[in-house]
Amino acid sequence: MKTFFWLVKREFWEHKGGFVTAPLVAGAIGFLLNAMLIAFGEGHYAGANFHTNFSAAYDSADLAKAGVVVDGLLYGVTLMILIVTAIVVFFYCLGSLYDDRRDRSVLFWKSLPLSDTTTVLSKLASAVIFAPAIAVVVGVVVGLALTIMFVGVASLHGLSAWPLLMQAHPFKVTLNLILLIPLYALWALPTAGWLMLCSAFARSKPFLWAIALPVGTGVLVSWWGLMIGDSGFSRWFWPNVVGRMLGGLIPAGWVNSTSRVVHSSDIDLALHQGDPAAALDQIGLAFHYSAVTNPSLYVGVLAGAAMIAGAIWFRRWRDDS
Amino acid sequence: MTSVVTAKGLSKRYRSQPALDGASFTIGPGRIVGLIGPNGAGKTTALKAILGLTTFDGHLEVLGLDPRKDRNTLMEQVCFIADVAVLPRWLKVADAVDFVANTHPRFDRAKCEAFLARTKLQPKQKVRQLSKGMIVQLHLALVMSIDAKLLVLDEPTLGLDILYRKQFYQSLLEDYFDEEKTILVTTHQVEEIEHILTDLMFIRDGRIVLDADMDTIGERFSEVLVGPELANAARQLNPLDERQVFGKSIFLFDNVSRSELERLGEVRRPSIGDLFVATMKGTYA
Repeated sequence: MKTFFWLVKREFWEHKGGFVTAPLVAGAIGFLLNAMLIAFGEGHYAGANFHTNFSAAYDSADLAKAGVVVDGLLYGVTLMILIVTAIVVFFYCLGSLYDDRRDRSVLFWKSLPLSDTTTVLSKLASAVIFAPAIAVVVGVVVGLALTIMFVGVASLHGLSAWPLLMQAHPFKVTLNLILLIPLYALWALPTAGWLMLCSAFARSKPFLWAIALPVGTGVLVSWWGLMIGDSGFSRWFWPNVVGRMLGGLIPAGWVNSTSRVVHSSDIDLALHQGDPAAALDQIGLAFHYSAVTNPSLYVGVLAGAAMIAGAIWFRRWRDDS
Repeated sequence: MTSVVTAKGLSKRYRSQPALDGASFTIGPGRIVGLIGPNGAGKTTALKAILGLTTFDGHLEVLGLDPRKDRNTLMEQVCFIADVAVLPRWLKVADAVDFVANTHPRFDRAKCEAFLARTKLQPKQKVRQLSKGMIVQLHLALVMSIDAKLLVLDEPTLGLDILYRKQFYQSLLEDYFDEEKTILVTTHQVEEIEHILTDLMFIRDGRIVLDADMDTIGERFSEVLVGPELANAARQLNPLDERQVFGKSIFLFDNVSRSELERLGEVRRPSIGDLFVATMKGTYA
């Protein structure tokens, strides 16, 4: 356990820029853009109804709606930062078991009594648990800062700050986001596994392997579909194989695999009825975790675990440094 | 005393090229063994096999363990410096010490800090800011603070200036080596390790062609400076090698009695370098 902790720490020493600085910068930019938007609205429309994502909230008649805007803000900012982290993690996975073989520092790590299994798992955990967790923390902090700014501005428009804040659910949203990390990790496993397998396996250019193999296969499948005049398999193959192998890091990628307890029409309905709070509640934890019952998720987890096992094997025996 | 490394019929092929071709050898505890061979003779492959970094055929036991199966346990007792400059460039000196201290059960932090205090290394420096010689100082400080039974060094001083090279071997001898420990070293700079070795192994085309301790080598091999009038007599005794210096011939003999050689001329102990050149004649031809 102690070794695992230090191995994760090592990953963060090496990738502090991607894991910590990048989400911080993204958060700062997000904050700045929102502040600019508010300033623009205030300056040009002098507090009249202007269209930003806050506009609904300036309606003092409907505090509940205003609260939803605050909640949406937290989700939105975190999502944006998670996307940045996803890009970082994609390339992190590709380099995770390759870069140290290329610069031969793998020989130093291998001179220490560290098992290859622990090493690979520490990198996997950094990719799908700890890096997203940092993104969530940064997202929530930036979101709360935005909330404070927003409430401050709203109070200038005659809304009282406290009732407005009472209508928002920052703690619930934060808790939801944190509880979604395990689902994110499970959903991302096939992609992380595939990228790490390529990283451990490739003698050079892991990026090319990782992209060319699934996309090339997809093209072949599509071509075959055209030849036999039935593209059904191809339509299944692209999202369920190519998509899961390369796109699993995209946050909330599972929403199309939820068991649809919620229908998007329900969300539309709630929005049309002017009840965004109900709409937001529809896509709560229960909605997200209903994806667990979908074979797409657990088959992906199994495939991901198999690819991680492959990566561990290659890490042990790849002998080219 | 049980041996530290026992290899029997070690073989390994890369594609069609044999890297090891039935190499057999034994290394006992408390020895400093030089594994010397020309480029591509299989030195690094042999070391990698010992360290469990590669697959191979044949029998190999290191500290009673099979490096293929028990690598994780083995690495608590075995250290290696693979080459200069394999420390990751982003690593800070202090973090390197922290990391090894927390992941290696046999690491002595105080010892490491004492070693580092004798260098110009600063805790906050990153490896990328260090010169090659300083990287080796750091690596050596880490490795010497680990109480391991076997230390494997593969070209540890390649590309270092003579000050660092001398200091490297001096530290190893003074601060690290004792009768409990074994050091296995490969290098091309044979002259520099000549005086610290206890045993010598020559490897050629994947096979061990000479394996003896230094005393035996001194007894077995002799170099004789022979004038032109006795040169033919010397050639009768099957010298390993003959070379000309200032109109005289220097012959290298294996297992010829000293009294016999003394009649031919002045007898000396050959340097490992000369012995190596004579043994490896025709390697690249």
